[in-house]
Amino acid sequence: MSDPMRIRAQAQGDKTTVRVLVGHEMESGQRRDAAGKTVPAWFIQSISATHNGKPVLSAQWGTAVSKNPFMQFSFKGGKAGDKVAVTWIDNRGDKRTDEALVS
Amino acid sequence: MKTYLITTLLGFAAVLLSPLASAQKTTAEGIAEYRAMLADGNPAELFEAKGEVLWKQARGPKNATLEKCDLGKGAGVVKGAFVELPRFFADTQRVQDLESRLLTCMEVQQGFNAADIAKTRFGEGEQKNMESLVAYISAESKDMKFNLPQTHAQEKLMYEVGKKVFYLRGGPMDFSCASCHSEDNKRVRLQDLPNLTKQPSASVGFGSWPAYRVSGGELWSMQRRLNDCYRQQRFPFPGYASDATIALGVYMGVNAKSGVSTAPALKR
Repeated sequence: MSDPMRIRAQAQGDKTTVRVLVGHEMESGQRRDAAGKTVPAWFIQSISATHNGKPVLSAQWGTAVSKNPFMQFSFKGGKAGDKVAVTWIDNRGDKRTDEALVS
Repeated sequence: MKTYLITTLLGFAAVLLSPLASAQKTTAEGIAEYRAMLADGNPAELFEAKGEVLWKQARGPKNATLEKCDLGKGAGVVKGAFVELPRFFADTQRVQDLESRLLTCMEVQQGFNAADIAKTRFGEGEQKNMESLVAYISAESKDMKFNLPQTHAQEKLMYEVGKKVFYLRGGPMDFSCASCHSEDNKRVRLQDLPNLTKQPSASVGFGSWPAYRVSGGELWSMQRRLNDCYRQQRFPFPGYASDATIALGVYMGVNAKSGVSTAPALKR
């Protein structure tokens, strides 16, 4: 069971700034555990965001991104009450979507 | 470990998508800027959210929530509790810090075995849940001022004991807590060392734990922080939720009086 993301979106002038805190292990696959065995890679492969259902961001991530990463981006338009949704898919095929309203 | 840290830093830089200022800066300015960049997205918030769920979730052999747990301000009152801990509790007849109090609640209300949890390694099993609980409880007192009670005789005694422990030198390096934390403007490599014997530095140090440590991706409680202090002194840890560590908490907390709690903070 994955942890929820914390999403904050704020409209200012003609753009909306979105800040997302993602809860994920982002295991690089390069570490060894106490027994000397490689800890298998486990990371977010793709992440995307939509504004009222319309895509505004799409990114591919790899193992260089930190654990519990923070992502910030902005898009043109957007007003208070609009819906912003963020979705990630990791290399195990796990998927999670969280939504927030623009303030 | 080193590789992991670099990976973490690269990750953040790449994800922030903002140009990095390249002007000459002092180390302290650089660290301050790095913290400011991260302040908006302190991953401690993820632990706070988990902690709140854990607080209200029926768990343990007795299948009960922690909502009847008395943290010093009455059963179930979380707001403002953190800045008045450690304090004396009449039901256990001891001075307790946040974590030892949580152990009591988990045993009495939920039926867990407190001794087993105290023996569990940090970051595993119920200790992992403890991280989220302390994040949630400390966050509920964020920006409030430390005001530890010093009225009960036991509380005064624990302050004096904590002071003794703070200045107790020993171990292969003949270190005490005071070796690093009783003078202004000291640092270990690039880390500023807060002077924990007086204000305002006492609350800067004491008031920023529990904290999320970016380098390990973990949330550290005060007990885990103390454990690491003792490790660096090459001293055996007095034990999770032991009276010696609680006494240190009283000493530091009383010294931090009227200072603001910023916990759960963010550390490199």
